[in-house]
Amino acid sequence: MRLEIKDLHVFYGKIEAIKGISITVNQGEIVTLIGANGAGKTTMLKTISGLRPVASGQILFDGKDISKVPAHERVGLGISQAPEGRGIFPGMTVLENLEIGKYFRKERKSEMVEDLEKVYSLFPRLKERATQAGGTLSGGEQQMLAIGRALMARPKVLLLDEPSMGLAPMMIANIFRIITEINNTGTTILLVEQNAQQALQRAHRAYVLETGHVVKEAKASDLLNDPAVRAAYLGTGAANH
Amino acid sequence: MINIRDRGAELWENWNRPKRTTFVILLLAVIVLLPFAGDYSFSSFLNTPISSYQAVLVYPVGIFVLMSLGLNIVVGKSGLLDLGYVAFFAIGAYTAAILGTKTHLNIWEIMPIGMGLAMLSGVLLGLPTLRLRGDYLAIVTLGFGEIVRIVAVNNRATGGPNGIANVPNPPSIFGVRFALDNMQGFFWIILVMILLVIWMVRRLSIRRPGRAWEAIRQDEDVAMLMGVATLKYKIWSFSIGAAIGGAAGVIFASKSMYVAPDMFTFNISVLILSCVVFGGMGNIWGVVLGGTILAYLPERIRFISNARQLVFGLALVIIMNVRPDGLLPRKKREKLHKTVQPLAVEGEQNV
Repeated sequence: MRLEIKDLHVFYGKIEAIKGISITVNQGEIVTLIGANGAGKTTMLKTISGLRPVASGQILFDGKDISKVPAHERVGLGISQAPEGRGIFPGMTVLENLEIGKYFRKERKSEMVEDLEKVYSLFPRLKERATQAGGTLSGGEQQMLAIGRALMARPKVLLLDEPSMGLAPMMIANIFRIITEINNTGTTILLVEQNAQQALQRAHRAYVLETGHVVKEAKASDLLNDPAVRAAYLGTGAANH
Repeated sequence: MINIRDRGAELWENWNRPKRTTFVILLLAVIVLLPFAGDYSFSSFLNTPISSYQAVLVYPVGIFVLMSLGLNIVVGKSGLLDLGYVAFFAIGAYTAAILGTKTHLNIWEIMPIGMGLAMLSGVLLGLPTLRLRGDYLAIVTLGFGEIVRIVAVNNRATGGPNGIANVPNPPSIFGVRFALDNMQGFFWIILVMILLVIWMVRRLSIRRPGRAWEAIRQDEDVAMLMGVATLKYKIWSFSIGAAIGGAAGVIFASKSMYVAPDMFTFNISVLILSCVVFGGMGNIWGVVLGGTILAYLPERIRFISNARQLVFGLALVIIMNVRPDGLLPRKKREKLHKTVQPLAVEGEQNV
């Protein structure tokens, strides 16, 4: 698995949201995109999963350009996204939400049971809540459900859009622990985060985005100690340096 | 307010097979015998003043229920707001009228053609417009409904504003005669069509198309991320709904023996949509109930003449306020577990 994005340009109407971004995600990595609101992080993920059209540039997945492949076929290739704002189906039960994560696979019973067990072992709370409507879960549980549902597709690369958004600190720590756990089982992860501290601690490499450009690319641990990044995104800038 | 839908579902689930079968047979028997109910003193309250009771059972009641079930697939199941559903009804009706008067095909042979043409127009309309969402789709479909009617007014083949007369009745089947003086035949055939549609919708609902529609209705973007070919399933939903509207149109033209553009106004689209919303979007039994009541009630209270529409509108407003999700709303899964397990993760919060 290798995801390579080359000179990507994406527009919302006449406004250019992504102005020539190139990033690479290698097998087994956690790569994180950090940056302020409006930097283009979410747009990057939406473009990779196919919800936004590519104006120019390439999305190479295992060497093949998939930028013209419709969104619903990309999940079959192995790209699975847990959308921003925990986009779960509020009127479906937890179990139904998980089942539909496998929609494109045309139901193989044994696989379904196996993958449900995997998701339940990562998120025991989801098993307890299996018959409950998605919309009645707490924020943290909804995030678990969104990630669990994305895993049902057996992705090669998992796209996570702000998994920490709106969660309490304890829950954030828990979610990030599980993200590392998922990565340890061999799933590559592309993580978009505003919580730069947590993201940089968990990721291998990171890109810093600013208004549609990559302004910095480095090992995550290096960025954690980078004074400029600390000042801009970690809120512990000048005072400490 | 008691939840009729849950009570009903509970009762049904507690019944064993023979009990269920008996209930279904009894209910069907009552419905089949409905056309005769107006004749007996004990059930004469059902009789409609002024209009013929048996004719009312066919149109509007039967046709409205059939069309509501069709529109329910589009609006209730897949969440696509179609304000021009009357177009498909008109296409079915005009197909029956033109082919019935100009060729030797009988109504049963025309039926699949009418449904096919309605379906085709659904696909042709859907291909460009189903890429639109929400309000835009509503406006485009509204326009389509009007276009079909205006074409019928201005076209020689459709008889212009005068329409087409002498549309033939269907030939009899199984000894059941279809004629203006024998409306129960039409009622029964529409009943069969309604049962077929219910059977089909129930089957589709629990299979892949039903789950795709449900996902699209709740969140189209996320549905796409799950691998649902959203455009394909939206077009399917749209064209299946259209085919059912077309079938209703064929039967309607043959029953009335006459079609004219003013039978296919925007009004009908709104009324059918009201039936779906009033009964309970997405729930078959709610939609059947909604269609029945909204079609029957105005005929039943026809004796109050001009105040009729006022009373009808008032009843709608009151009921939609008391039951905003319709008479029998779709299944809601809001059963919160009362016993909360000790938190595996502490400090989480609802946002």
